[in-house]
Amino acid sequence: MTLQLPSVHYLAILPELITIGAAVVLLFAAALSRGRLDRMVGTVVVASASVATFVVAFFQWHDIAQHGASTTLANAVVLDGFSVVATVVIALGLLLSALVAHDWLGRESMTGVEYHILTLAATSGAMIMAQANDLIIIFLGLEILSIGLYVLVAFNRRRANSAEAALKYLLLGGFASAIFVYGAALIYGATGSTTLTSISYFLGTHVLTSNGILLAGLGLLIVGFAFKVAAVPFHLWSPDVYEGAPTPVTGFMAAVVKVGAFAALLRVVASSLGTQAATWRPIIWVLVVLSIFVGASVALVQRNVKRLLAYSSVNQAGFMLLGLWSGTARGVAGTLYYVMTYTPVVIATFAVVALVGGLGDEGHSLEKYRGLARRQPWLGGALTVLLLAQSGAPFTTGFFAKYSVIAAAVDAGGVPLAVLAMAGAAVAAFFYLRLVLSLYADGAEEPTLTQVPVASGTVIGFGAVTAIVFGIWVSPLASLAHHASLLFLQKP
Amino acid sequence: MTIPASWYLIVAAMLFGIGAFGLLTRRNALIMFMCVELMLNAVNLTFVTFAHSLKDIGGQAAVFFILVVAAAEVTVGLGIVVAVFRRRSSTTVDELSELKG
Repeated sequence: MTLQLPSVHYLAILPELITIGAAVVLLFAAALSRGRLDRMVGTVVVASASVATFVVAFFQWHDIAQHGASTTLANAVVLDGFSVVATVVIALGLLLSALVAHDWLGRESMTGVEYHILTLAATSGAMIMAQANDLIIIFLGLEILSIGLYVLVAFNRRRANSAEAALKYLLLGGFASAIFVYGAALIYGATGSTTLTSISYFLGTHVLTSNGILLAGLGLLIVGFAFKVAAVPFHLWSPDVYEGAPTPVTGFMAAVVKVGAFAALLRVVASSLGTQAATWRPIIWVLVVLSIFVGASVALVQRNVKRLLAYSSVNQAGFMLLGLWSGTARGVAGTLYYVMTYTPVVIATFAVVALVGGLGDEGHSLEKYRGLARRQPWLGGALTVLLLAQSGAPFTTGFFAKYSVIAAAVDAGGVPLAVLAMAGAAVAAFFYLRLVLSLYADGAEEPTLTQVPVASGTVIGFGAVTAIVFGIWVSPLASLAHHASLLFLQKP
Repeated sequence: MTIPASWYLIVAAMLFGIGAFGLLTRRNALIMFMCVELMLNAVNLTFVTFAHSLKDIGGQAAVFFILVVAAAEVTVGLGIVVAVFRRRSSTTVDELSELKG
Protein backbone atom coordinates (compact mmCIF):
# COMPACT_ATOMS: atom_id res chain seq x y z
CA MET A 1 0.00 0.00 0.00
CA THR A 2 1.40 3.37 -0.93
CA LEU A 3 0.59 6.60 0.75
CA GLN A 4 -0.97 9.12 -1.59
CA LEU A 5 0.27 12.61 -0.84
CA PRO A 6 -1.80 15.53 -2.09
CA SER A 7 -0.19 17.76 -4.70
CA VAL A 8 1.03 21.10 -3.46
CA HIS A 9 0.84 24.36 -5.38
CA TYR A 10 3.64 26.12 -3.55
CA LEU A 11 2.89 29.57 -4.91
CA ALA A 12 -0.49 29.46 -3.17
CA ILE A 13 0.93 28.83 0.29
CA LEU A 14 4.10 30.92 -0.11
CA PRO A 15 2.87 33.88 2.04
CA GLU A 16 2.32 31.52 4.99
CA LEU A 17 5.68 29.84 4.38
CA ILE A 18 7.40 33.23 4.34
CA THR A 19 5.88 34.48 7.58
CA ILE A 20 6.35 31.21 9.46
CA GLY A 21 9.83 30.86 7.97
CA ALA A 22 10.77 34.37 9.11
CA ALA A 23 9.47 33.55 12.61
CA VAL A 24 11.56 30.36 12.75
CA VAL A 25 14.68 32.16 11.47
CA LEU A 26 14.27 34.86 14.13
CA LEU A 27 13.68 32.21 16.79
CA PHE A 28 16.90 30.42 15.86
CA ALA A 29 18.85 33.66 15.64
CA ALA A 30 17.62 34.65 19.09
CA ALA A 31 18.51 31.24 20.52
CA LEU A 32 21.97 31.08 18.95
CA SER A 33 23.16 34.65 19.54
CA ARG A 34 25.20 35.37 22.65
CA GLY A 35 23.38 38.41 23.95
CA ARG A 36 19.84 39.65 23.39
CA LEU A 37 19.24 40.53 19.76
CA ASP A 38 18.56 44.17 19.00
CA ARG A 39 14.92 45.02 18.24
CA MET A 40 16.17 46.45 14.94
CA VAL A 41 16.90 42.89 13.71
CA GLY A 42 13.30 41.89 14.35
CA THR A 43 11.90 44.95 12.60
CA VAL A 44 14.10 44.38 9.55
CA VAL A 45 13.08 40.70 9.30
CA VAL A 46 9.38 41.54 9.64
CA ALA A 47 9.67 44.30 7.04
CA SER A 48 11.43 41.98 4.59
CA ALA A 49 8.86 39.25 5.16
CA SER A 50 6.03 41.72 4.46
CA VAL A 51 7.69 43.04 1.32
CA ALA A 52 8.34 39.46 0.14
CA THR A 53 4.63 38.73 0.69
CA PHE A 54 3.68 41.75 -1.45
CA VAL A 55 5.94 40.46 -4.26
CA VAL A 56 4.48 36.95 -3.98
CA ALA A 57 0.97 38.40 -4.06
CA PHE A 58 1.83 40.12 -7.34
CA PHE A 59 2.78 36.76 -8.89
CA GLN A 60 -0.28 35.07 -7.35
CA TRP A 61 -2.53 37.72 -8.90
CA HIS A 62 -1.01 36.99 -12.32
CA ASP A 63 -1.36 33.26 -11.79
CA ILE A 64 -5.06 33.75 -11.06
CA ALA A 65 -5.48 36.05 -14.07
CA GLN A 66 -3.98 33.38 -16.31
CA HIS A 67 -5.20 30.10 -14.85
CA GLY A 68 -8.18 31.14 -12.75
CA ALA A 69 -8.75 30.45 -9.09
CA SER A 70 -7.55 27.10 -7.80
CA THR A 71 -7.49 24.92 -4.72
CA THR A 72 -4.54 22.91 -3.54
CA LEU A 73 -3.48 20.53 -0.74
CA ALA A 74 -6.49 18.27 -1.27
CA ASN A 75 -8.90 21.24 -1.50
CA ALA A 76 -7.85 22.52 1.91
CA VAL A 77 -6.35 25.79 0.68
CA VAL A 78 -7.71 28.09 -1.98
CA LEU A 79 -5.99 30.68 -4.14
CA ASP A 80 -8.41 33.27 -5.49
CA GLY A 81 -8.43 37.02 -5.93
CA PHE A 82 -10.11 37.50 -2.57
CA SER A 83 -7.44 35.56 -0.69
CA VAL A 84 -4.62 37.46 -2.43
CA VAL A 85 -6.05 40.87 -1.51
CA ALA A 86 -6.77 39.74 2.07
CA THR A 87 -3.22 38.39 2.39
CA VAL A 88 -1.74 41.68 1.18
CA VAL A 89 -3.85 43.63 3.67
CA ILE A 90 -2.76 41.29 6.49
CA ALA A 91 0.91 41.70 5.50
CA LEU A 92 0.43 45.48 5.41
CA GLY A 93 -1.07 45.35 8.90
CA LEU A 94 1.94 43.32 10.07
CA LEU A 95 4.41 45.80 8.58
CA LEU A 96 2.72 48.90 9.99
CA SER A 97 2.23 47.45 13.46
CA ALA A 98 5.85 46.24 13.54
CA LEU A 99 7.01 49.81 12.89
CA VAL A 100 4.81 51.10 15.73
CA ALA A 101 6.09 48.30 17.98
CA HIS A 102 9.69 49.19 17.11
CA ASP A 103 9.34 52.58 18.80
CA TRP A 104 7.24 51.18 21.61
CA LEU A 105 9.81 48.47 22.46
CA GLY A 106 12.51 51.16 22.49
CA ARG A 107 10.52 53.41 24.82
CA GLU A 108 9.74 50.59 27.24
CA SER A 109 13.41 49.52 27.00
CA MET A 110 12.61 45.96 25.98
CA THR A 111 15.30 44.12 24.07
CA GLY A 112 14.92 40.94 22.10
CA VAL A 113 12.91 39.88 19.09
CA GLU A 114 10.21 37.78 20.79
CA TYR A 115 7.56 40.38 19.99
CA HIS A 116 8.30 40.11 16.28
CA ILE A 117 8.40 36.32 16.35
CA LEU A 118 4.93 36.26 17.90
CA THR A 119 3.45 38.78 15.47
CA LEU A 120 4.89 36.87 12.51
CA ALA A 121 3.39 33.61 13.76
CA ALA A 122 0.03 35.23 14.49
CA THR A 123 0.02 36.85 11.05
CA SER A 124 0.51 33.50 9.36
CA GLY A 125 -2.59 32.30 11.22
CA ALA A 126 -4.60 35.20 9.81
CA MET A 127 -3.30 34.42 6.30
CA ILE A 128 -4.31 30.77 6.71
CA MET A 129 -7.82 31.92 7.66
CA ALA A 130 -7.98 34.05 4.53
CA GLN A 131 -6.99 31.11 2.31
CA ALA A 132 -8.63 28.20 4.10
CA ASN A 133 -11.17 26.13 2.22
CA ASP A 134 -11.89 23.74 5.04
CA LEU A 135 -13.52 24.36 8.41
CA ILE A 136 -10.74 22.57 10.28
CA ILE A 137 -8.07 24.64 8.49
CA ILE A 138 -9.99 27.80 9.42
CA PHE A 139 -10.00 26.57 13.01
CA LEU A 140 -6.24 25.98 12.88
CA GLY A 141 -5.63 29.44 11.42
CA LEU A 142 -7.88 30.97 14.06
CA GLU A 143 -5.96 29.23 16.84
CA ILE A 144 -2.51 30.08 15.44
CA LEU A 145 -3.65 33.71 15.34
CA SER A 146 -5.30 33.65 18.76
CA ILE A 147 -2.60 31.77 20.68
CA GLY A 148 0.01 34.20 19.38
CA LEU A 149 -2.21 37.08 20.46
CA TYR A 150 -2.82 35.71 23.97
CA VAL A 151 0.92 35.93 24.57
CA LEU A 152 1.23 39.32 22.88
CA VAL A 153 -1.54 40.79 25.06
CA ALA A 154 0.41 39.65 28.15
CA PHE A 155 3.66 40.91 26.65
CA ASN A 156 4.26 43.78 29.04
CA ARG A 157 5.00 41.86 32.21
CA ARG A 158 5.50 45.01 34.24
CA ARG A 159 1.82 45.95 33.96
CA ALA A 160 -0.71 43.98 36.00
CA ASN A 161 -3.37 45.01 33.48
CA SER A 162 -1.60 43.23 30.68
CA ALA A 163 -1.66 39.73 32.19
CA GLU A 164 -5.23 40.20 33.41
CA ALA A 165 -6.40 41.20 29.97
CA ALA A 166 -4.59 38.19 28.52
CA LEU A 167 -6.33 35.83 30.95
CA LYS A 168 -9.74 37.24 30.05
CA TYR A 169 -8.95 37.10 26.36
CA LEU A 170 -7.70 33.54 26.68
CA LEU A 171 -10.74 32.21 28.56
CA LEU A 172 -13.28 33.91 26.30
CA GLY A 173 -11.22 33.18 23.18
CA GLY A 174 -11.00 29.51 24.12
CA PHE A 175 -14.76 29.48 24.73
CA ALA A 176 -15.36 31.05 21.29
CA SER A 177 -13.01 28.58 19.58
CA ALA A 178 -14.78 25.64 21.21
CA ILE A 179 -18.15 26.98 20.03
CA PHE A 180 -16.76 27.50 16.54
CA VAL A 181 -15.35 24.01 16.24
CA TYR A 182 -18.54 22.44 17.64
CA GLY A 183 -20.36 24.26 14.85
CA ALA A 184 -17.85 22.79 12.39
CA ALA A 185 -18.48 19.29 13.81
CA LEU A 186 -22.25 19.63 13.42
CA ILE A 187 -21.93 20.92 9.85
CA TYR A 188 -19.65 17.97 9.15
CA GLY A 189 -22.32 15.66 10.47
CA ALA A 190 -25.05 17.26 8.39
CA THR A 191 -23.16 17.51 5.09
CA GLY A 192 -20.53 14.77 5.34
CA SER A 193 -17.51 16.98 4.81
CA THR A 194 -15.56 19.83 6.36
CA THR A 195 -14.32 21.09 2.98
CA LEU A 196 -16.21 24.24 2.04
CA THR A 197 -16.40 23.25 -1.61
CA SER A 198 -17.99 19.90 -0.77
CA ILE A 199 -20.37 21.49 1.73
CA SER A 200 -21.47 24.00 -0.90
CA TYR A 201 -21.90 21.22 -3.49
CA PHE A 202 -23.82 19.01 -1.06
CA LEU A 203 -26.20 21.81 -0.09
CA GLY A 204 -26.69 22.77 -3.74
CA THR A 205 -27.64 19.25 -4.79
CA HIS A 206 -29.56 17.91 -1.79
CA VAL A 207 -32.75 18.96 -0.12
CA LEU A 208 -32.48 18.28 3.58
CA THR A 209 -35.66 16.93 5.11
CA SER A 210 -34.55 17.66 8.66
CA ASN A 211 -31.84 20.28 8.82
CA GLY A 212 -31.75 20.90 12.57
CA ILE A 213 -28.13 19.80 12.90
CA LEU A 214 -27.07 22.01 10.00
CA LEU A 215 -28.85 25.03 11.44
CA ALA A 216 -27.36 24.48 14.89
CA GLY A 217 -23.92 24.16 13.34
CA LEU A 218 -24.39 27.31 11.30
CA GLY A 219 -25.56 29.26 14.34
CA LEU A 220 -22.60 28.09 16.44
CA LEU A 221 -20.13 28.98 13.66
CA ILE A 222 -21.54 32.50 13.45
CA VAL A 223 -21.41 32.90 17.24
CA GLY A 224 -17.76 31.79 17.23
CA PHE A 225 -16.90 34.32 14.53
CA ALA A 226 -18.92 37.06 16.23
CA PHE A 227 -16.77 36.59 19.35
CA LYS A 228 -13.61 36.99 17.31
CA VAL A 229 -14.71 40.14 15.46
CA ALA A 230 -16.26 41.52 18.69
CA ALA A 231 -19.82 41.95 17.41
CA VAL A 232 -22.49 42.79 20.01
CA PRO A 233 -23.62 40.81 22.09
CA PHE A 234 -20.30 38.95 22.04
CA HIS A 235 -18.11 42.04 22.45
CA LEU A 236 -17.71 42.22 26.22
CA TRP A 237 -14.09 41.11 26.20
CA SER A 238 -12.95 43.73 23.71
CA PRO A 239 -12.81 46.96 25.80
CA ASP A 240 -10.89 45.21 28.59
CA VAL A 241 -8.48 43.50 26.25
CA TYR A 242 -7.96 46.61 24.12
CA GLU A 243 -7.23 48.61 27.26
CA GLY A 244 -4.98 46.04 28.91
CA ALA A 245 -2.94 45.02 25.87
CA PRO A 246 0.19 46.99 24.91
CA THR A 247 -0.98 49.69 22.47
CA PRO A 248 0.86 48.37 19.37
CA VAL A 249 -0.72 44.97 20.03
CA THR A 250 -4.15 46.62 20.25
CA GLY A 251 -3.60 48.15 16.81
CA PHE A 252 -2.48 44.79 15.45
CA MET A 253 -5.54 43.07 16.93
CA ALA A 254 -7.97 45.67 15.66
CA ALA A 255 -6.64 45.33 12.13
CA VAL A 256 -5.26 41.85 11.48
CA VAL A 257 -7.81 39.85 13.50
CA LYS A 258 -10.64 41.65 11.74
CA VAL A 259 -9.21 41.02 8.27
CA GLY A 260 -8.54 37.33 8.95
CA ALA A 261 -11.85 36.68 10.67
CA PHE A 262 -13.92 38.55 8.07
CA ALA A 263 -12.13 36.81 5.19
CA ALA A 264 -13.00 33.43 6.69
CA LEU A 265 -16.50 34.54 7.65
CA LEU A 266 -17.29 35.75 4.13
CA ARG A 267 -15.91 32.58 2.60
CA VAL A 268 -17.88 30.30 4.91
CA VAL A 269 -21.17 32.12 5.21
CA ALA A 270 -21.63 34.10 2.00
CA SER A 271 -19.94 31.66 -0.36
CA SER A 272 -20.34 28.06 0.79
CA LEU A 273 -23.48 28.44 2.89
CA GLY A 274 -25.00 30.94 0.46
CA THR A 275 -27.90 28.57 -0.19
CA GLN A 276 -28.89 28.89 3.48
CA ALA A 277 -29.13 32.69 3.32
CA ALA A 278 -32.71 32.65 4.60
CA THR A 279 -31.38 31.12 7.83
CA TRP A 280 -28.29 33.19 8.54
CA ARG A 281 -29.58 36.56 7.37
CA PRO A 282 -31.78 37.23 10.43
CA ILE A 283 -28.87 36.35 12.76
CA ILE A 284 -26.52 38.73 10.92
CA TRP A 285 -29.27 41.38 10.86
CA VAL A 286 -29.44 41.40 14.66
CA LEU A 287 -25.64 41.43 14.98
CA VAL A 288 -25.37 44.39 12.58
CA VAL A 289 -27.97 46.55 14.31
CA LEU A 290 -26.76 45.78 17.84
CA SER A 291 -23.08 46.28 16.97
CA ILE A 292 -23.64 49.60 15.24
CA PHE A 293 -25.87 51.10 17.92
CA VAL A 294 -24.33 49.64 21.09
CA GLY A 295 -20.82 50.40 19.79
CA ALA A 296 -21.70 54.00 18.97
CA SER A 297 -23.70 54.80 22.09
CA VAL A 298 -21.42 53.17 24.67
CA ALA A 299 -18.41 54.88 23.07
CA LEU A 300 -20.01 58.22 23.96
CA VAL A 301 -19.57 57.69 27.70
CA GLN A 302 -16.00 56.35 27.66
CA ARG A 303 -13.29 58.36 29.44
CA ASN A 304 -10.38 56.20 28.27
CA VAL A 305 -9.29 56.56 24.67
CA LYS A 306 -8.44 52.87 24.21
CA ARG A 307 -11.86 51.79 25.48
CA LEU A 308 -13.44 54.41 23.24
CA LEU A 309 -11.58 53.01 20.24
CA ALA A 310 -12.59 49.49 21.29
CA TYR A 311 -16.26 50.46 21.07
CA SER A 312 -15.50 52.31 17.84
CA SER A 313 -14.14 49.05 16.43
CA VAL A 314 -17.29 47.23 17.61
CA ASN A 315 -19.26 49.82 15.65
CA GLN A 316 -17.04 49.31 12.58
CA ALA A 317 -17.51 45.53 12.84
CA GLY A 318 -21.25 46.15 12.50
CA PHE A 319 -20.72 47.92 9.19
CA MET A 320 -18.42 45.16 7.96
CA LEU A 321 -21.13 42.62 8.82
CA LEU A 322 -23.58 44.70 6.80
CA GLY A 323 -21.73 43.74 3.61
CA LEU A 324 -21.96 40.11 4.67
CA TRP A 325 -25.70 40.42 5.32
CA SER A 326 -26.34 41.26 1.67
CA GLY A 327 -24.39 38.12 0.73
CA THR A 328 -23.98 39.27 -2.88
CA ALA A 329 -20.74 39.76 -4.82
CA ARG A 330 -21.21 43.49 -4.27
CA GLY A 331 -21.59 43.06 -0.53
CA VAL A 332 -18.48 40.90 -0.32
CA ALA A 333 -16.51 43.49 -2.31
CA GLY A 334 -17.88 46.20 0.02
CA THR A 335 -16.71 44.37 3.15
CA LEU A 336 -13.33 43.65 1.58
CA TYR A 337 -12.93 47.34 0.68
CA TYR A 338 -13.98 48.22 4.23
CA VAL A 339 -11.34 46.07 5.95
CA MET A 340 -8.75 47.10 3.35
CA THR A 341 -9.13 50.81 4.09
CA TYR A 342 -9.77 50.32 7.82
CA THR A 343 -6.44 48.51 8.40
CA PRO A 344 -3.97 51.40 7.86
CA VAL A 345 -6.32 53.88 9.51
CA VAL A 346 -6.82 51.91 12.72
CA ILE A 347 -3.14 50.98 13.08
CA ALA A 348 -2.15 54.63 12.59
CA THR A 349 -4.76 55.71 15.16
CA PHE A 350 -3.33 53.33 17.72
CA ALA A 351 0.17 54.55 16.77
CA VAL A 352 -0.89 58.04 17.90
CA VAL A 353 -2.41 56.55 21.07
CA ALA A 354 0.85 54.65 21.74
CA LEU A 355 2.85 57.88 21.45
CA VAL A 356 0.50 60.04 23.53
CA GLY A 357 0.18 57.28 26.16
CA GLY A 358 3.80 57.84 27.17
CA LEU A 359 6.11 55.58 29.16
CA GLY A 360 4.37 52.53 30.63
CA ASP A 361 1.21 52.93 28.52
CA GLU A 362 -0.40 54.95 31.31
CA GLY A 363 -1.82 58.19 29.86
CA HIS A 364 -4.90 57.08 27.96
CA SER A 365 -7.48 59.39 29.50
CA LEU A 366 -9.28 61.69 27.09
CA GLU A 367 -7.88 64.70 28.99
CA LYS A 368 -4.46 63.99 27.47
CA TYR A 369 -5.90 64.74 24.04
CA ARG A 370 -7.29 68.14 24.94
CA GLY A 371 -5.61 70.75 22.75
CA LEU A 372 -3.28 68.20 21.13
CA ALA A 373 -3.76 69.73 17.68
CA ARG A 374 -2.97 73.22 19.05
CA ARG A 375 0.31 72.09 20.56
CA GLN A 376 1.31 69.81 17.70
CA PRO A 377 -0.60 70.66 14.52
CA TRP A 378 0.86 67.81 12.47
CA LEU A 379 0.19 65.03 14.98
CA GLY A 380 -3.21 66.44 15.90
CA GLY A 381 -4.08 67.03 12.25
CA ALA A 382 -3.19 63.44 11.35
CA LEU A 383 -5.32 62.13 14.22
CA THR A 384 -8.17 64.34 13.03
CA VAL A 385 -7.98 62.81 9.56
CA LEU A 386 -7.81 59.29 10.99
CA LEU A 387 -10.84 59.81 13.22
CA LEU A 388 -12.83 61.45 10.43
CA ALA A 389 -11.98 58.52 8.15
CA GLN A 390 -13.36 56.12 10.76
CA SER A 391 -16.51 58.19 11.13
CA GLY A 392 -17.06 58.00 7.36
CA ALA A 393 -16.64 61.67 6.51
CA PRO A 394 -16.66 62.57 2.79
CA PHE A 395 -13.26 62.77 1.03
CA THR A 396 -11.88 60.02 3.24
CA THR A 397 -11.74 56.28 2.58
CA GLY A 398 -14.32 55.71 5.31
CA PHE A 399 -17.02 57.43 3.28
CA PHE A 400 -16.85 55.11 0.29
CA ALA A 401 -16.41 52.11 2.59
CA LYS A 402 -19.66 52.90 4.40
CA TYR A 403 -21.35 53.81 1.13
CA SER A 404 -20.41 50.52 -0.54
CA VAL A 405 -21.71 48.25 2.24
CA ILE A 406 -24.91 50.29 2.62
CA ALA A 407 -25.49 50.34 -1.16
CA ALA A 408 -24.96 46.58 -1.28
CA ALA A 409 -27.54 46.13 1.48
CA VAL A 410 -30.05 48.31 -0.39
CA ASP A 411 -29.39 46.26 -3.54
CA ALA A 412 -30.10 43.07 -1.66
CA GLY A 413 -33.45 44.41 -0.49
CA GLY A 414 -32.46 45.58 2.96
CA VAL A 415 -33.71 49.16 2.90
CA PRO A 416 -34.76 49.23 6.60
CA LEU A 417 -31.40 47.82 7.64
CA ALA A 418 -29.57 50.36 5.46
CA VAL A 419 -31.56 53.21 7.02
CA LEU A 420 -30.75 51.91 10.51
CA ALA A 421 -27.07 51.65 9.58
CA MET A 422 -27.04 55.25 8.33
CA ALA A 423 -28.68 56.43 11.56
CA GLY A 424 -26.04 54.46 13.46
CA ALA A 425 -23.29 56.11 11.42
CA ALA A 426 -24.68 59.51 12.44
CA VAL A 427 -24.60 58.54 16.15
CA ALA A 428 -21.06 57.24 15.71
CA ALA A 429 -19.98 60.45 13.94
CA PHE A 430 -21.00 62.30 17.10
CA PHE A 431 -18.41 60.64 19.36
CA TYR A 432 -15.67 60.86 16.73
CA LEU A 433 -16.38 64.57 16.25
CA ARG A 434 -16.43 65.15 20.00
CA LEU A 435 -12.92 63.72 20.26
CA VAL A 436 -11.80 65.78 17.23
CA LEU A 437 -13.20 68.98 18.75
CA SER A 438 -11.38 68.35 22.02
CA LEU A 439 -8.14 68.09 20.00
CA TYR A 440 -8.64 71.72 19.02
CA ALA A 441 -9.95 72.96 22.38
CA ASP A 442 -7.74 75.07 24.62
CA GLY A 443 -7.24 74.85 28.35
CA ALA A 444 -5.14 71.72 28.67
CA GLU A 445 -4.16 71.18 32.29
CA GLU A 446 -0.52 70.21 31.91
CA PRO A 447 0.54 70.58 28.30
CA THR A 448 3.18 68.02 27.42
CA LEU A 449 4.78 67.65 24.03
CA THR A 450 4.65 64.18 22.53
CA GLN A 451 7.83 62.96 20.87
CA VAL A 452 7.18 61.47 17.43
CA PRO A 453 9.90 58.96 16.43
CA VAL A 454 10.53 58.31 12.73
CA ALA A 455 8.97 54.82 12.42
CA SER A 456 5.72 55.72 14.19
CA GLY A 457 5.61 59.04 12.34
CA THR A 458 5.83 57.16 9.04
CA VAL A 459 2.93 54.89 10.02
CA ILE A 460 0.76 57.81 11.14
CA GLY A 461 1.58 59.73 7.97
CA PHE A 462 0.88 56.68 5.81
CA GLY A 463 -2.48 56.11 7.48
CA ALA A 464 -3.58 59.72 7.14
CA VAL A 465 -2.33 60.13 3.57
CA THR A 466 -3.95 56.92 2.28
CA ALA A 467 -7.19 57.88 4.03
CA ILE A 468 -7.31 61.14 2.06
CA VAL A 469 -5.70 60.13 -1.25
CA PHE A 470 -7.81 57.00 -1.72
CA GLY A 471 -10.80 58.83 -0.28
CA ILE A 472 -10.67 61.27 -3.19
CA TRP A 473 -9.22 58.91 -5.81
CA VAL A 474 -11.58 56.02 -5.05
CA SER A 475 -11.40 53.90 -8.19
CA PRO A 476 -8.12 51.92 -7.78
CA LEU A 477 -8.92 50.30 -4.43
CA ALA A 478 -12.62 49.97 -5.21
CA SER A 479 -11.99 48.16 -8.49
CA LEU A 480 -9.39 45.98 -6.78
CA ALA A 481 -11.97 44.93 -4.18
CA HIS A 482 -14.53 44.38 -6.93
CA HIS A 483 -12.23 42.14 -9.00
CA ALA A 484 -11.06 40.17 -5.97
CA SER A 485 -13.99 37.81 -6.19
CA LEU A 486 -14.50 34.80 -4.01
CA LEU A 487 -14.22 31.39 -5.57
CA PHE A 488 -17.60 29.67 -6.04
CA LEU A 489 -19.67 32.69 -5.15
CA GLN A 490 -22.71 32.68 -7.39
CA LYS A 491 -22.95 36.04 -9.14
CA PRO A 492 -26.48 37.40 -8.88
CA MET B 1 -26.67 -4.92 20.47
CA THR B 2 -25.30 -1.64 19.23
CA ILE B 3 -25.83 1.75 20.73
CA PRO B 4 -27.29 4.19 18.18
CA ALA B 5 -25.10 7.10 17.10
CA SER B 6 -27.57 9.65 18.37
CA TRP B 7 -26.85 8.59 21.96
CA TYR B 8 -23.20 9.52 21.52
CA LEU B 9 -24.24 12.85 20.06
CA ILE B 10 -26.51 13.53 23.01
CA VAL B 11 -23.71 12.69 25.47
CA ALA B 12 -21.41 15.01 23.53
CA ALA B 13 -23.98 17.81 23.55
CA MET B 14 -24.43 17.36 27.31
CA LEU B 15 -20.66 17.45 27.88
CA PHE B 16 -20.46 20.61 25.78
CA GLY B 17 -23.30 22.16 27.75
CA ILE B 18 -21.71 21.26 31.10
CA GLY B 19 -18.42 22.78 29.91
CA ALA B 20 -20.10 25.98 28.74
CA PHE B 21 -22.15 26.24 31.94
CA GLY B 22 -19.07 25.70 34.08
CA LEU B 23 -17.07 28.29 32.16
CA LEU B 24 -19.78 30.88 32.65
CA THR B 25 -20.45 30.17 36.33
CA ARG B 26 -17.19 29.03 37.95
CA ARG B 27 -14.72 31.70 38.99
CA ASN B 28 -11.46 29.80 39.31
CA ALA B 29 -9.23 30.24 36.27
CA LEU B 30 -7.97 26.64 36.40
CA ILE B 31 -11.49 25.19 36.58
CA MET B 32 -12.48 27.47 33.71
CA PHE B 33 -9.63 25.99 31.69
CA MET B 34 -10.85 22.51 32.44
CA CYS B 35 -14.28 23.55 31.19
CA VAL B 36 -12.81 24.70 27.87
CA GLU B 37 -11.06 21.33 27.61
CA LEU B 38 -14.33 19.56 28.33
CA MET B 39 -16.02 21.51 25.54
CA LEU B 40 -13.25 20.60 23.09
CA ASN B 41 -13.47 16.94 24.05
CA ALA B 42 -17.22 17.02 23.49
CA VAL B 43 -16.44 18.28 19.98
CA ASN B 44 -14.00 15.41 19.52
CA LEU B 45 -16.65 12.89 20.51
CA THR B 46 -19.06 14.49 18.03
CA PHE B 47 -16.48 14.30 15.25
CA VAL B 48 -15.69 10.65 15.94
CA THR B 49 -19.37 9.71 16.07
CA PHE B 50 -20.13 11.41 12.78
CA ALA B 51 -16.97 9.98 11.17
CA HIS B 52 -18.10 6.49 12.21
CA SER B 53 -21.65 6.86 10.97
CA LEU B 54 -20.57 8.58 7.72
CA LYS B 55 -17.78 5.99 7.16
CA ASP B 56 -15.43 8.91 6.51
CA ILE B 57 -11.91 9.17 7.92
CA GLY B 58 -11.86 12.98 7.70
CA GLY B 59 -13.72 13.49 10.95
CA GLN B 60 -11.32 11.27 12.86
CA ALA B 61 -8.36 13.19 11.44
CA ALA B 62 -9.94 16.43 12.66
CA VAL B 63 -9.78 15.09 16.23
CA PHE B 64 -5.97 15.04 16.13
CA PHE B 65 -5.87 18.69 15.12
CA ILE B 66 -8.25 19.63 17.92
CA LEU B 67 -6.20 17.69 20.47
CA VAL B 68 -3.01 19.48 19.43
CA VAL B 69 -4.71 22.88 19.50
CA ALA B 70 -6.12 22.17 22.97
CA ALA B 71 -2.67 21.23 24.24
CA ALA B 72 -1.12 24.39 22.78
CA GLU B 73 -3.87 26.52 24.30
CA VAL B 74 -3.34 25.04 27.75
CA THR B 75 0.43 25.57 27.53
CA VAL B 76 -0.01 29.27 26.82
CA GLY B 77 -2.91 29.54 29.25
CA LEU B 78 -1.06 28.06 32.20
CA GLY B 79 1.85 30.39 31.45
CA ILE B 80 -0.50 33.36 31.70
CA VAL B 81 -2.13 31.99 34.87
CA VAL B 82 1.33 31.67 36.45
CA ALA B 83 2.11 35.26 35.44
CA VAL B 84 -1.09 36.48 37.09
CA PHE B 85 -0.56 34.22 40.12
CA ARG B 86 2.91 35.67 40.75
CA ARG B 87 1.35 39.09 41.21
CA ARG B 88 -1.71 38.13 43.21
CA SER B 89 -1.26 34.65 44.73
CA SER B 90 -4.78 33.75 43.67
CA THR B 91 -6.39 32.32 40.58
CA THR B 92 -9.90 33.53 41.24
CA VAL B 93 -10.96 35.76 38.38
CA ASP B 94 -13.29 37.85 40.54
CA GLU B 95 -10.24 39.28 42.26
CA LEU B 96 -8.93 40.47 38.92
CA SER B 97 -10.61 43.82 39.12
CA GLU B 98 -8.14 46.25 37.58
CA LEU B 99 -10.22 46.08 34.42
CA LYS B 100 -13.95 46.44 34.74
CA GLY B 101 -15.84 44.63 31.98
